[in-house]
Amino acid sequence: MIALENVTKRYGAQTVVDDVSVRFGEEGVTALIGPNGAGKSTLFGLVGRLVRPDAGRVTVDGTDVERTPSNELAKVLAVLRQDNHVAARLTVHDLVEFGRFPHSRGRLTVHDREHIERAITYLDLEAYRNRFLDELSGGQRQRAFIAMVLAQDTEYVLLDEPLNNLDLRHMTEIMRLVRTMADELGKRVVTVLHDINFAATWSDRIVAMRDGRVVADASAREIMRPEVLAAVYDTTVDVREIDGRPVALYYG
Amino acid sequence: MLTDPATTTSAPPATRRTRIATRWAQPGVRLAALGAAVLVLAAVYCCTDVPGSLAFALEIRSLSVLAMLVVAAAVGVSTVVFHTITQNRILTPSIMGFDAFYVLVSTVIVFSSGSASFLGFDQLTLWLVQVVVMVAFSVLLFTWLFGGRRRSIHLMLLVGIVLGTFFRSSTEWMQRMLDPLDFQVLSDAMFASLTRPDETLLLLTAVLVVLGCAAVVPLLRTLDVLTLGEPAAVGLGVDHRRVVMVLFASVSVMVAASTALVGPILFLGLVVANLAYSYAGSFRHVWTLPTAVLIGVICLLGGQLVLERVLGFGGTLSTVIDFAGGLFFLYLVLRKGAR
Repeated sequence: MIALENVTKRYGAQTVVDDVSVRFGEEGVTALIGPNGAGKSTLFGLVGRLVRPDAGRVTVDGTDVERTPSNELAKVLAVLRQDNHVAARLTVHDLVEFGRFPHSRGRLTVHDREHIERAITYLDLEAYRNRFLDELSGGQRQRAFIAMVLAQDTEYVLLDEPLNNLDLRHMTEIMRLVRTMADELGKRVVTVLHDINFAATWSDRIVAMRDGRVVADASAREIMRPEVLAAVYDTTVDVREIDGRPVALYYG
Repeated sequence: MLTDPATTTSAPPATRRTRIATRWAQPGVRLAALGAAVLVLAAVYCCTDVPGSLAFALEIRSLSVLAMLVVAAAVGVSTVVFHTITQNRILTPSIMGFDAFYVLVSTVIVFSSGSASFLGFDQLTLWLVQVVVMVAFSVLLFTWLFGGRRRSIHLMLLVGIVLGTFFRSSTEWMQRMLDPLDFQVLSDAMFASLTRPDETLLLLTAVLVVLGCAAVVPLLRTLDVLTLGEPAAVGLGVDHRRVVMVLFASVSVMVAASTALVGPILFLGLVVANLAYSYAGSFRHVWTLPTAVLIGVICLLGGQLVLERVLGFGGTLSTVIDFAGGLFFLYLVLRKGAR
């Protein structure tokens, strides 16, 4: 379990995460939603030990992330950040290999190579394995990064806006992948999403943040109500039922 | 579009040309070719154009070659490591004000006690003072801006730039007030020179550079992960702060030692590192670091040859390197812009 207990983070006078207590990491997919600046990425930063809390405690499987060796944590928790700009020219295979770093410290064993192959196959990247990352489309690149996270072979997977800059087809493709990672491989996925319809369609639980606080935490169906969404996003959102699924209409 | 290596190898009739091409793609082969080039250049430098006794020429010149190797190692390794830490390939450690600080210390000595005593100074003392002061300066800057809670590399770079500018303008101010003769002596000493190094100093510098490299070697694979950037590296279990501390410490020791030996020469690092990235054929530091060092030796040897045999000592090595390096830097910037 990933648990945050009364965690607060301030940047100067601004409180970006305000006394948050929340638990993640049950089986399935959890979506983290909320307007820009709600503190979602900072929350991920706190769990991924990129950001130190000013107050409170973050634990993963009962141990404090501040006191766990970084390498040990990397074996149970993988984080995919929002923008993954790489200065060097890496191939897809090079990138996926990095996923094994917490286990092998760069000296790959046969076991590591199996994980790499499996991740590449799982994300359907065999044809691109020797391509350089800057020669790939956005969707392929995102898949390569997810393959790296998969090769890391962790129980918990945190994805920060994995659908950024992707078109409709690739968004659906990535979400389907995330779902199967949870269902087939038993990953406990937490993902930041901006499109609440994607969140409602593919996740088991939705946690909504606003102004650094968790304002709603329930099943997708319970969150997908006009009054809840209006409170989260501070704008009117209509919700209709289409083919038995709640769909939010927010196009103005 | 680059050709896919997988398809190249699976192409049925492997012609001689493609076989050579695939073998050439191996970083090891490329590095070996570079090593051979260094040996040839070194032999040419040592054994040709000998005015008197060959043994004497060899003794003097092999010392110069050793100095070049030490300087190239210090400059090449520190620049590549610095690039990886800062995620920026058009910087050199000189942005932290290293060489500006070196020039400032020398200027202060000349300014306060005159060129006669500057020249009269014991070389070893001067070298030691320079090294200690430079390392102390960078460690202070580093622990202040990176060791604390703020932990920002960019802030550190920015403060480095500001301090570097401050050092340069203080230097300039003092140099304006200098006696022309003192100024002549000082500016002569501030051009990097690799011929006839002091043996003791060379040995001490070599020891420090070897120590610096020895600290980097266990972190080679970690450096590869650092190319992904701090967030990704932390996510992969790199203890970013500790690793960067170690790397930065070895960079400053190497840079300080080599600058104190031959003078400001960090610009070479920029050229050498960027050539190494495109030549090495791999992003891995196991390959890029030695490639950068060997390219550095080639630049220094080649520069020295041009200087001695073509220009007839009509200048200094740093002039040759700055001229060629400046052109290359412009090319780099323009190419980046064109992309």
